[in-house]
Amino acid sequence: MEKVIYLDNAATTKTAPEVVEAMTPYFTEYYGNASSIYSLGTQAKKAVSQARETIAESLRAEPNEIYFTAGGSEADNWAVKATAEAYASKGRHIITSAIEHHAVLHTCKYLEQKGFEVTYIGVDENGILKIEELKAAVRPDTILITVMFANNEIGTIQPVKEIGEIAKEKGILFHTDAVQAYGQIPIDVDEYHIDMLSASGHKLNGPKGTGFLYIRKGIKTRSFIHGGQQERGRRAGTENVPGIVGLAAAVKRAFAIMEEKTKKEIALRDRLIERIKKEIPYCRLNGDEKKRLPNNVNFSFQFIEGESLLIMLDMKGICASSGSACTSGSLDPSHVLLAIGLAHETAHGSLRLTVSEENTMEEMDRTVDCIKEIIERLRAMSPLYEDFCKKKEGLL
Amino acid sequence: MYSEKVMDHFSNPRNMGEIEEASGVGTVGNAKCGDIMRMYLDIDENGVIQDCKFKTFGCGAAIATSSMATELVKGKTVEQALAVTNKAVMEALDGLPPVKVHCSLLAEEAIHAALWDYAQKNHIEIEGLQKPKSDIHEGEEEPEEEY
Repeated sequence: MEKVIYLDNAATTKTAPEVVEAMTPYFTEYYGNASSIYSLGTQAKKAVSQARETIAESLRAEPNEIYFTAGGSEADNWAVKATAEAYASKGRHIITSAIEHHAVLHTCKYLEQKGFEVTYIGVDENGILKIEELKAAVRPDTILITVMFANNEIGTIQPVKEIGEIAKEKGILFHTDAVQAYGQIPIDVDEYHIDMLSASGHKLNGPKGTGFLYIRKGIKTRSFIHGGQQERGRRAGTENVPGIVGLAAAVKRAFAIMEEKTKKEIALRDRLIERIKKEIPYCRLNGDEKKRLPNNVNFSFQFIEGESLLIMLDMKGICASSGSACTSGSLDPSHVLLAIGLAHETAHGSLRLTVSEENTMEEMDRTVDCIKEIIERLRAMSPLYEDFCKKKEGLL
Repeated sequence: MYSEKVMDHFSNPRNMGEIEEASGVGTVGNAKCGDIMRMYLDIDENGVIQDCKFKTFGCGAAIATSSMATELVKGKTVEQALAVTNKAVMEALDGLPPVKVHCSLLAEEAIHAALWDYAQKNHIEIEGLQKPKSDIHEGEEEPEEEY
């Protein structure tokens, strides 16, 4: 089999060798419990505090504002649920966007069942939050605004600073799910007025099952997991020391190479976008052209269905993803693609390619060549395309 | 996720294409749900299916079931073709994942729709054949967009 071309870095990334290397001694040598008194334990404890410092520094936050979790979804659940609970006496209204990750959306749905009210702010055709709609949605009983930093499907970067300013002015807490953005673009929690931020390790070449929640000092929040005194008593359970060390190593790496990585990824991304736009008819680039993550490409191809495209790409050794219903396990295509106004059939024909700095231009070219060939093949099979062509020729 | 047979029929679909001046054409499914199947039948004067072709917009399972369905009805009489069930299509493919069973139903439905069209055109009644339930135009309100 040919070498795999991995273009699904928004799903997960390869764990960087230096990350694995940093983690290994915490499995084999310094395996002590960070809460223990002997030196084997204190070594682990030291590693955890160092990791906390590294991460705090990357956000211009304080170490005691960083709480380790088992990933992005846990951090989102914690931020939204615990805030709702802690501030319920002040109000029961939450504002979010229509294009959040399910970790936020489904948590909001859960809170609706518990008597909270949630307003879902729409986005424009490029996936940018409608700020005016957000401003109008603010009520005296609004306790939380939660809007993602950048979208996982279409890569759109949200006007986070503006949202943060609105929240600050109105005295509302602002949480952002930065799982896709953290480590990819610089984030300063003070500059953007972010009160809480979720991030995940495996999206930035760190280990799976790691992540953190930033909680600004002074914010009233509830413990997410009750038990021991770990994470200042707010998230009990023996620390995943190797995971935390790996996460910090990944963060260090991501911030050290960010500038160079971004430059490389943008070049790769733009090659895909330019060639697809030019060479494949009846396609649409989803997401904003400018306010876009450096690694994200998302296209809809008319008259074809995404899963077929993914299987055929896989046969050629190319890993990608789609917002088609068949890949989500439901009959509905991606809520993000529907929110930007795509018709169902167009949303079914979507393809997401997310590059990394390890990809090459040759891989981009080969990918476009393959997509072109597959789309032609699938369109030749498509009754929708047949009808479209006949209509065009005036035969139908 | 898919059986080898499904992968085979997906990568090398049998009888893909159109039949000009077909005896019967049936289109079922809905683009909204992500699957549309169209079956073309060429039926001779003795009621035997001489040729069958398909076109499908859909996932891997939708393409594979269409392909297998054409294989199963080719050479059969109209009555025999009517007796080809979605179960038969699934079995011939060595099974489908549970979420894809509806694709096989769509294939059965597409054959029925093409037979119905044939019956209508020739003013005949095929015993046991009912008017196809799902239609491509069902629930299709907005016009297709174009770029």
